[in-house]
Amino acid sequence: MKILHPARRSKARERNGDLSRGLLLRLELPSDPSLLCAVRGAVERLTEAFGFSAPDCRAVTRAVDEALTNIIRHSYNGRPDRPIEMFFRSVHRQATPSSEGLEILLCDRGPSINRAQLCMRALEEVKPGGLGLHFIQQSMDVVEYKRAKGTNRLRLVKYVRAAKQDSNS
Amino acid sequence: MQISSRQLDKTTIFDVSGDIDLANSPAVRKALLREMREIRTPRVVMNLSKVRYIDSSGVASLVEGLKASRDVGSRFILFGLSTSAREVLQLSRLLKIFEVYDNEEQALAG
Repeated sequence: MKILHPARRSKARERNGDLSRGLLLRLELPSDPSLLCAVRGAVERLTEAFGFSAPDCRAVTRAVDEALTNIIRHSYNGRPDRPIEMFFRSVHRQATPSSEGLEILLCDRGPSINRAQLCMRALEEVKPGGLGLHFIQQSMDVVEYKRAKGTNRLRLVKYVRAAKQDSNS
Repeated sequence: MQISSRQLDKTTIFDVSGDIDLANSPAVRKALLREMREIRTPRVVMNLSKVRYIDSSGVASLVEGLKASRDVGSRFILFGLSTSAREVLQLSRLLKIFEVYDNEEQALAG
């Protein structure tokens, strides 16, 4: 666990807003591909504990892994030493108060993303590449990107399905 | 991830274990392309029964292997897909374009 100096903590709060509400887990890691397996392990355990079904646990884990892969490859051009922050929070859907969800915020300090350059290839094409965004979109209920204070923020949300105890694949 | 190979007549079988992700998919790609383009093995089989997870870069490596096999007129076969591996191939609508079998016996007989 990393203990931040009060001044740095205040700066982090300013940069990221109030993310402490409903906070379940916070990860800070360098953009090193060899750490992806450790993050997947943590997300698998967290989603299981959160009450997701086995397919949804795999879906959330896949989305987070693909989002991190995109940050490493495209935002940081493969540099393994750039900072990535992740916040996992419990949220509730406003329209249906009983619907609990897991919100994941991924933050990086790479250059602003040009949405026009995000390539999501047609699935009918048989060619390598361009699948990561498909996997993220297909896996999550909410996928939002925004740029704020020099930080790229990808917000992912997955809601727990009504039959919470239906957890077999 | 670990990758090793076995030779059976005119077939090379790659046994892969661990996760295939951004950190190691280049190794899978390199092994496949070498086997197909340089060695020109008539039949290349991938044993994925010990692979728990494949990401989009891993899928891309398999697609590159498939394309290379088509270019040189060889066969590229997968077997032993885990639930997760099968899911990503289904999500990317690529499951039907690969020759997939449940186990090694079926893969070699196919």
